[in-house]
Amino acid sequence: MATARNETATVTREQVEDFLYHEAALLDAWELDAWLGLLTEDARYLIPPNEAPETSPDDTLFIIADDINRIRSRVKRLRSRDAHAEFPPSRTRRLITNVRIVEMAGGEIVVSANFSVHRFRRGGRGGEYVGRYLYRLRATDDGLRIAERRAVLDSEELGALGAVSFIL
Amino acid sequence: MTDKPYIIDNGHDFRLNRIALVDPEILIRERERIFNTCWIYAGHESEISAPGDFVTRAVAGRPVILARDSAGAVRLYLNTCRHRGAKVCRERQGNTKRFYCFYHGWSYDSDGRLVAVPGDDAYPPDFDRTKLGLAEVPRFENYRGFWFACFDAGAPDLETYLAGATEYIDLVVDQSPSGTMEIVTGVQEYDVEANWKLLVENSFDDYHLHSTHSTWLEYMKDAGVNIKVPKGEGLLLPKRGIGRNLGNGHAVIDNANFRGRPVAAWISIYGEDAKPAVEAARAELVARLGEERAERVANTNRNLFVFPNLMINDGSSVTVRTFWPAAADRMEVTAWALGPVEETAVMRKVRLDSFLTFYGPGGFATPDDVEALQQVQQGIAETVREVPWSVMTRGIAKEGEQLNSDELHLRTFWRRWNALMTGIESEAPEAVRAAE
Repeated sequence: MATARNETATVTREQVEDFLYHEAALLDAWELDAWLGLLTEDARYLIPPNEAPETSPDDTLFIIADDINRIRSRVKRLRSRDAHAEFPPSRTRRLITNVRIVEMAGGEIVVSANFSVHRFRRGGRGGEYVGRYLYRLRATDDGLRIAERRAVLDSEELGALGAVSFIL
Repeated sequence: MTDKPYIIDNGHDFRLNRIALVDPEILIRERERIFNTCWIYAGHESEISAPGDFVTRAVAGRPVILARDSAGAVRLYLNTCRHRGAKVCRERQGNTKRFYCFYHGWSYDSDGRLVAVPGDDAYPPDFDRTKLGLAEVPRFENYRGFWFACFDAGAPDLETYLAGATEYIDLVVDQSPSGTMEIVTGVQEYDVEANWKLLVENSFDDYHLHSTHSTWLEYMKDAGVNIKVPKGEGLLLPKRGIGRNLGNGHAVIDNANFRGRPVAAWISIYGEDAKPAVEAARAELVARLGEERAERVANTNRNLFVFPNLMINDGSSVTVRTFWPAAADRMEVTAWALGPVEETAVMRKVRLDSFLTFYGPGGFATPDDVEALQQVQQGIAETVREVPWSVMTRGIAKEGEQLNSDELHLRTFWRRWNALMTGIESEAPEAVRAAE
């Protein structure tokens, strides 16, 4: 995975869309090891607090602030039967839209996309997680990789959604 | 409502009637007998540091404005216009000179005074603005920066009410060189589809750690943290920790730390970079408090329950958590991280990171707790006629100290709850001993 960054790559919106749809399909299918393969060695996965989305986890209490080690641990946990909040695993369906390339420089592409993630649980609570992704993608010789994915929820509080126990 | 007792409590048996967790009529009585008579956590002084600062929230179900007035005093206004009732503040937080009711334009200053009434010449001569300021809660007091409201004007003062809980709040506040803690930005607000009293039990129930949180323990182990319970002499507490009754329904579990604390016990998860900062924080504690008190502050974990709905979990981080029963089978949880104001940027980062490994709606443990409570609610809601009793007897036959994995602290909560709901005080030996 330690593929060289391609600093001169230019990437189209269509390529970014294909990549994000591929990621969404892996996550909806719970193919989490394959999903890990889309991440860089220094990747981060962030969900800021609902009421303070433009902040840093260094000085603000986030909902999720994982570095690559914690992401891998999260995946390991989610694959266990003892991750009770996700056993049996939720069914999810992700709709990713309004994909825009915000910035592209030095082999890194900042991408914004809207999401609506529907979650279903047998005999339990599902919900609709609505918000915006902010990605930092990196162009490598093996294609796009995720250096950071930040999921910003639009709801004023987590409220009836309860938890973010799956990968949002 | 049931004609059976809520609890059976005879010294060797302790059972809870599950009707207490499902019946909406019981919730109505809880609001009258518990939430309208006890001191209820309202907020922390650090949330409103400058005159004019405010935050809005619900306390014991009431919409309130926690505000710093023009003289710097902390106030708690009921968020309802004295004219016809609309909320006068709809923002989450901010700083203002005026609370303005947009319905008819009445406005109040940050001291709660009614300062503008459009067209007030139409009111009769005895219309007296000075009597129509924002209403305040009957009682509002703080203990070391933690502010509580009480809706019973005749209640004892807060410090008397807190009883033995003050010792444990002191242990939290002593982490700051100046005795000044602050709420960190980033509030976690989430619902749990379960009765609120199940979260009281869960928040200081160490019995469930291994079965509910094995994935968290696994994560800690993978990260190089020794998760085994320490053995040997010289520990402050019995090696597995204790449960204690603190009076008035408050209780605590208190145990020697062995899985790291941002103040001030480094573990590998914090990273080598943070080691000097953690050691410096520890040295400051020793210099200020002496070795023994520093060891107590830095190297014990405590989950403190203040009756009826405040938990301060002082372990891998300091979590302040309160919850309100929106319905018999649904609660609204609000949780914050608390830290010393003097904390360095490195230590603050460690604290928040440490919080998230276990706690919160994206943590490696809290979602499984939430799931457990929801599974209880689903399990009992429609079986309460056939299976009316829950068993809560761990440790009850012991003469001496009880462990944090016993259920003394849960029984302490339920006995107080039962006394307020029924007027009947427990005569069980365990309860009588604690009262002496």
